[in-house]
Amino acid sequence: MSTAQLWPDDDVSRVPYRVYSDPDIHVREQERIFRGPTWNFLCLEAEIPNPGDYRTSVIGDAPIVVVRGRDGGINALVNRCAHKGALVCYKPRGTVSEFTCVYHNWTYDLDGSLTGVAFRRGVRGEGGMEAGFEPGAHGLQRLRAESRNGLVFATFSDEAPDLETYIGPAILAALDRVFVKPVRVLGYHSQLLPNNWKLYAENTKDSYHATLLHVFHNTFGIVRFTMGGGIRLSENGWHHLSFTERAADGSERGGAEAVRSLKEQYALEDPSLMEHRLELGDRITNSIQTIFPTLVVQQILNALAVRQLVPRGPEACELKWTVLGFEDDDESFEALRLKVNNLVGPAGYVSMEDGCIGGFIDAATRSAPEGRSFMRMGGTAIEPAGASRVTEAAVRGFWRAWRDCMAL
Amino acid sequence: MTGTGDALAARIARLNTAYAHAIDDDRLEDWPGFFTDDGLYRIVTRENHEAGLPLAIVHCDGAAMMRDRVRAMRTANIFEPHTYCHTVGAAEIVGKDGGVHTARTNFIVVRTMHSGAMSVFACGRYLDRIVERDGALKFAERVAVCDSRTVDTLLVVPL
Repeated sequence: MSTAQLWPDDDVSRVPYRVYSDPDIHVREQERIFRGPTWNFLCLEAEIPNPGDYRTSVIGDAPIVVVRGRDGGINALVNRCAHKGALVCYKPRGTVSEFTCVYHNWTYDLDGSLTGVAFRRGVRGEGGMEAGFEPGAHGLQRLRAESRNGLVFATFSDEAPDLETYIGPAILAALDRVFVKPVRVLGYHSQLLPNNWKLYAENTKDSYHATLLHVFHNTFGIVRFTMGGGIRLSENGWHHLSFTERAADGSERGGAEAVRSLKEQYALEDPSLMEHRLELGDRITNSIQTIFPTLVVQQILNALAVRQLVPRGPEACELKWTVLGFEDDDESFEALRLKVNNLVGPAGYVSMEDGCIGGFIDAATRSAPEGRSFMRMGGTAIEPAGASRVTEAAVRGFWRAWRDCMAL
Repeated sequence: MTGTGDALAARIARLNTAYAHAIDDDRLEDWPGFFTDDGLYRIVTRENHEAGLPLAIVHCDGAAMMRDRVRAMRTANIFEPHTYCHTVGAAEIVGKDGGVHTARTNFIVVRTMHSGAMSVFACGRYLDRIVERDGALKFAERVAVCDSRTVDTLLVVPL
């Protein structure tokens, strides 16, 4: 597909609807984004603390296994046997001393190198692997892997810069802010969304919709529009941070300004889930950071999570949440986190709409592949913004990244 | 008295049926009334449950939080209209600890969308702690353990 056909101009504020359903684009994304010069989140170091601990993950459509090596380092291997291409790890997590493909018992070391081929010498002089077979040329494909703040990333690409350069200082600082000490996994959520992965990716960068689609705060009188905050972008616009913070003097409570007047206003009968214990050294209540293509790191009050977005063909995606606390949480802090997590996840008061809104777009745009969106809040610029966050700059940044990779 | 043997089993069966029908008939305002005031309601995945991970999809600690759930669903949350049809199995009464009966009951929930599309939205087991309050059985705790680790689109109506 040529640029002229799909996207005749350089305008990333107007996205052709075809990109949300075209199977050819999905195939090209696998090659140019997921197997291209991007760093993809795989799992947390905390999930594989000891040598031999592994868990499976994906980069786009590609199955990956992440394993802690004997030296304590992290190996990211393509989960595909060099013999016939079967999954080597078919269980999602475990602890092993080596990997063995169940089909013909080919074995691999934790770094992916081939260590054994069953009946390589044949049986009683008959059969066996061809002469000149070189095990060193038949390991599991090993990817560049790096970790930062306990988050493990990998890339298929030799051209991608190192991970820190890829993320850039603005978003690295946001990660440092959240991951102040060792984390503990409180559990996992997963949602299957009836839409292309990019619709969810856009949504996470779209601060404009937050108080308009999600009216929970507003309905229960919790929205505070005088709060501070802003949008920050990596230099190339690929990654973003959106945050809100409470005013230091508590004046936010008096200054609420309604953007949607509701006929009825309710108070929460039990507001304890909105309790926020400041724990990250500032007064930031919400902080969402995204790393292109598919990672979201979330702090909503004391609800901490990473979300990995996984394409499931052009027409669906899976959103995988890993919900976190800190290792040193006491019982009462853990109880608070479990309560505040009612705000997020598949049944989250302020996130459930994100599960269905992509499907609403999918249902309406499928019949109009030549149509285009109009995302001009804040014009066409891809630049940081202030407290109102009424801008689509970060969404345009996503499309800048997508076009950079796709060369479309 | 909560009764014993068959009489208790019949009462728990009636409780389970009334609970399921209140949800299926969209009488969600009645739903918190199946619990004690300080009752606990959680929806969890089997994956988290078996790994001993405490995270819940829905975590209501007390009937007030349950009423907030219903109010949010009625007034704030946005979702495609749909209905549930619960089928609940026979309760297995696992034990008794003081005045608390523990029971386990399997469930299947078929979700029907506005479009007519139907799917098995959830199946699994209720793990219950049931007590007597003013002559009626109430859930002191109901944990819906879902077999699937994933939720199709979103969850808004309780299971």
